[in-house]
Amino acid sequence: ICFSKPALPLCMTNCPTLIVTVGLPARGKTYISKKLTRYLNWIGVPTREFNVGQYRRECVKIYKSFEFFRPDNEEGLKIRQQCASAALNDVRQYLADKGGQVAVFDATNTTRERRGTITAFAEQNGFKVFFVESVCEDPEVIAENIVQVKLGSPDYTNCNTEEAMEDFKKRIKCYENSYETLDEVLDRDLSYIKIMDVGRRYLVNQVQDHIQSRIVYYLMNIHITPRSIYLCRHGESDLNVKGCIGGDSGLSPRGKEFANYLGQFIQSQEISDLKVWTSQMKRTIQTAEAVSVPYEQWKALNEIDAGVCEEMMYEEIQQHYPLEFAMRDQDKYRYRYPKGESYEDLVQRLEPVIMELERQENILVVCHQAIMRCLLAYFLDKTAEELPYLKCPLHTVLKLTPVAYGCKVESIYLNVDAVNTHRDRPEVGISTYSHTDTDFVADLVNIRGNLCYA
Amino acid sequence: MQTTLFTYQACTVDSYGLSCFSPASVPQLTNSPTLIVMVGLPARGKTYISKKLSRYLNWIGVPTKVFNLGQYRREAVQSYKNFEFFRPDNEEAMQIRRACATNALEDVVIYFSKEHGQVAVFDATNTTRERRISIVSFSKEKGYKVFFVESICDDPDIIAQNITEVKVSSPDYVNCDKDEAQADFLKRIECYKQTYVPLDDEKDRHLSYIKIFNVGSRYLVNRVQDHIQSRIVYYLMNIHVTPRSIFLSRHGESELNLLGRIGGDSGLSPRGHKYATALGGFIKGQHIKDLKVWTSHMKRTIQTAEHLGIPYEQWKALNEIDAGVCEELTYEDIQENHPEEFALRDQDKYRYRYPKGESYEDLVHRLEPVIMELERQENVLVVCHQAVMRCLLAYLLDKTADELPYLKCPLHTVLKLTPVAYGCRVEHICLNIEAVNTHRERPGNVDITRNPEEALKTIPDHF
Repeated sequence: ICFSKPALPLCMTNCPTLIVTVGLPARGKTYISKKLTRYLNWIGVPTREFNVGQYRRECVKIYKSFEFFRPDNEEGLKIRQQCASAALNDVRQYLADKGGQVAVFDATNTTRERRGTITAFAEQNGFKVFFVESVCEDPEVIAENIVQVKLGSPDYTNCNTEEAMEDFKKRIKCYENSYETLDEVLDRDLSYIKIMDVGRRYLVNQVQDHIQSRIVYYLMNIHITPRSIYLCRHGESDLNVKGCIGGDSGLSPRGKEFANYLGQFIQSQEISDLKVWTSQMKRTIQTAEAVSVPYEQWKALNEIDAGVCEEMMYEEIQQHYPLEFAMRDQDKYRYRYPKGESYEDLVQRLEPVIMELERQENILVVCHQAIMRCLLAYFLDKTAEELPYLKCPLHTVLKLTPVAYGCKVESIYLNVDAVNTHRDRPEVGISTYSHTDTDFVADLVNIRGNLCYA
Repeated sequence: MQTTLFTYQACTVDSYGLSCFSPASVPQLTNSPTLIVMVGLPARGKTYISKKLSRYLNWIGVPTKVFNLGQYRREAVQSYKNFEFFRPDNEEAMQIRRACATNALEDVVIYFSKEHGQVAVFDATNTTRERRISIVSFSKEKGYKVFFVESICDDPDIIAQNITEVKVSSPDYVNCDKDEAQADFLKRIECYKQTYVPLDDEKDRHLSYIKIFNVGSRYLVNRVQDHIQSRIVYYLMNIHVTPRSIFLSRHGESELNLLGRIGGDSGLSPRGHKYATALGGFIKGQHIKDLKVWTSHMKRTIQTAEHLGIPYEQWKALNEIDAGVCEELTYEDIQENHPEEFALRDQDKYRYRYPKGESYEDLVHRLEPVIMELERQENVLVVCHQAVMRCLLAYLLDKTADELPYLKCPLHTVLKLTPVAYGCRVEHICLNIEAVNTHRERPGNVDITRNPEEALKTIPDHF
């Protein structure tokens, strides 16, 4: 068996779950929806978000003003109801027919009546419901949200900043009068988390199962304090130079040079309260040593275990395990090295690292190629198919800064040469790999026909 | 043999330059000591929570100790008369109780400063704002972080049940019959009710705390400061008190077991298959409601579960400890090829990491999500492996890191664990199918210079 089953039993989630956001505009509902969706997909739970605002934009091609949202605007109300229904219809399809496990219904859902309709819909279809309400009265936070994500919205492409801000504030007012927050008594039988003041306080009610418990844990660990995450690999190692995978070798001379440059780079960034994490392998530790900031070691950050292929060159793997080599190319995410690990296994062991990364602020993670690919896939929302082929070259630092709904990425190459360890997904028939710094492509594998695997 | 030398401090390197006692697989992530302060009327589960939380934290490697004020009081006032001691107008008693609190906090200071403690759980009612304020200023002075855990319950059935389970048998009531004890205890609770001020949304908004309502149907969490508090909140939100049993068993005897070889991924021996069938019979006979069955990804646990005729779920985290370069070797092979490693393992079996393999300490960390899910579940049968079962058992029975690697988990025996009062009742059920013994006691001589006979003295027989 070389293709791993998910490390966590799939039966953890039996009925599909419908997550329903609740809250006034500009309270972070979409931010939470997208982030939660990204996290759940990364840990292997197929999740999709359904943003009612988007349905409305498709229906009403041009947004005129806040008047659309006035509670006495009959026509507006009808359209908004239709959009919500259309979205719920797509939710039903996703969860019942398309193999989705979690759907995030991202809308204000500020009235008890609307929430009642959704609960009935879920019951009819056998979905569990979990509400996520965001309550915030801090005017600074709200203003900042509006600036970061509303001003750039398609609704306001033809307005200047002041006009947009004014209109959006009036839009919020339209919802305020009819807003019924989740109530401790009236809603005591519902499952929900109420997030207050961007995470200072949480009210958690009737958590039903494992996935809801994980969602609560995740939501309680994320924050929006500005910070940057620096990701890099260890400096070039002796085994890298030989073209061998895995092992636990030290840095090559160029690797040591990189470590010094990394130290200088970090200093020049003048980062406040920087934490540094490494794996428990020599090459990351030696790299971090040069940064002269106290570092913490995680075994979970160790490179993927290549099992019987440890310390082999790709050419040797091709020679001794040609079938394995081909299998890996068929499904690099799920392929597990004999007596080793798969990328899927890696994600499972990196989950506590991700959880702690969410809690932290400025941080530098010195790790390994496969590890960095997994972490990057989480931050940049890459699929399981893309993940094993993400480019993470040696001697390059990636600086990730959360912004709006995503992440800004800056790639900083520290100008110390290194071998290239990246192997692209081969087309059927040819495999490309270069382990010296001259640019040549070696024709290593010639796979004929279709391989059937056990 | 590889020698690996590191330049950081955390690693224990012996005189041979061998770094096999790994740094803990997870960074500490806790700097200041943390004082957890329980809040709540009597019979609200404070001691239950304190003990369980402390067991969990110690198991994951965070040195934790419970300081139960009732115990200090019992030492100060040798014999308990009745609830009158707890009347708020009983000046003499008040003085004694205040002195006990002071003593307990002094012991907390010693625990943190001299005994390498990281978390102390102050288990008392702490029901007045005045008491809590004094604890907060005490902690501020000492540089400890404070996290309150308040348990609020107004369900009379739960309270009555608690009183029956743990109060009636308390040393306080050793000379009373059940009804007397129950009546007195209810009056005791009334004494506290008069002055009870719960944590307040507004007034206590700067404190860090979790409020647990009605045994977990609802939680209010305020100002979680750091990693350890976040883990504590997650744990508290996953535990429950619904009666249930946890069944632990190893896979049936495997082919490699018969040969005295460790690790590997072999199938069951004929006797192992017999055991699996017997296990199926046993489980059926127990008539367990909604039983979940978990196995590892290894053949021998899966083959065992197959005989049960119940759907089972596989966890990679339940795989046996990775013995690295020693995989599939006999102890005799290990002694011949890696004699120093063999001795070092005997010196500190918990922390020793097989080259290219794992340590028991690593196992605990990879089992943590399994434990978390075990807490959430109700009736579960876990079919696993020797080292894994030792780790799970150590968690459930509060065994130390030193005891853990030597816990007896023989083949073909089911352990039925049923939480009761503050602990766990254990029933050993041997299914009467013969199997090899795989338990190796710590030999007398663990020195690297020992001779092979001394090293191999305690290895179990095999074919």
